Amino acid sequence: MSKPMYWDRREIPLPDKRYKDILTPADKSLKEKEKGPWGQLSNEEKLALYRLSFCQTYPEMNQSSSEWKTVVAGVLYCIGLTGLVIIWQTAYVSPPAPRTFDAEWQAKQVKRMLDMRVSPIEGFAAQWDYEKGQWK
Amino acid sequence: MSLQKPLMRGLLAKRLRFHVPIAFALSMLAAVGWKYGVTEPRKKAYAEFYKHYDATKEFTSMREAGVFESVRPTGK
Repeated sequence: MSKPMYWDRREIPLPDKRYKDILTPADKSLKEKEKGPWGQLSNEEKLALYRLSFCQTYPEMNQSSSEWKTVVAGVLYCIGLTGLVIIWQTAYVSPPAPRTFDAEWQAKQVKRMLDMRVSPIEGFAAQWDYEKGQWK
Repeated sequence: MSLQKPLMRGLLAKRLRFHVPIAFALSMLAAVGWKYGVTEPRKKAYAEFYKHYDATKEFTSMREAGVFESVRPTGK
C-alpha cells in the first residue's frame, strides 16, 4: 500500500504507475519511439502503448455483471435457513407464553379498554357502538 | 478524433435548477395533501365528538364498569 499501485477505478483516471511493469524488447523499442513525434505512431502502436499503461478502458471497467443475482440468491437462502432455525426454536426452545396471551385474558383486556374509553374519537373505542354493544 | 469539450462549470447550478422546483412542488403537494387528507377530517371528528358529549354520563358509565380507583361503582 505504501508503494505506487495500479488501480482500475473510476475515481482514479491516472493511477500511480503504469500497468505493465516488465517490458519486452518490442515494448521497450515502442517506448523509445514514443519519445519522438507522436504523429509518426500508427494507430496500432498508439493502442499498444495505451494497453501498456492501462489494463481496462472505462467502458470495460464499468460494465455491469450478473453478480447481483448470486448475492440476492445467497441472501434469500440465508434468510430461509434462519426461518427454519426460528421455527425449530419456537417448538423446542421458547418457554410457554405468559397468561396475558390467553384468549380469555385478551377478551377481558378488550372489554376493559372499551370501558375506559381508549381513543374514543378516532381510535379504538371509536369503533365500538356503545348503545348496541357491538363493533361498528 | 476531436471530441467536444465537456461541461466544466455550473454543474451544481444546473442540477439545482432542475431538481429544486420539483422538490418544492412535491413538498407543497405533500403539505396540502396532509392538510386536507388528515388534519381537516381530524378537526371535524373532534368537533363532532364534543358537540353532543355528556361528560357526566360518560363518567358514570365508566364508574359503573369499575375502571376507576378513586371512586367505586355506586352501591359499594
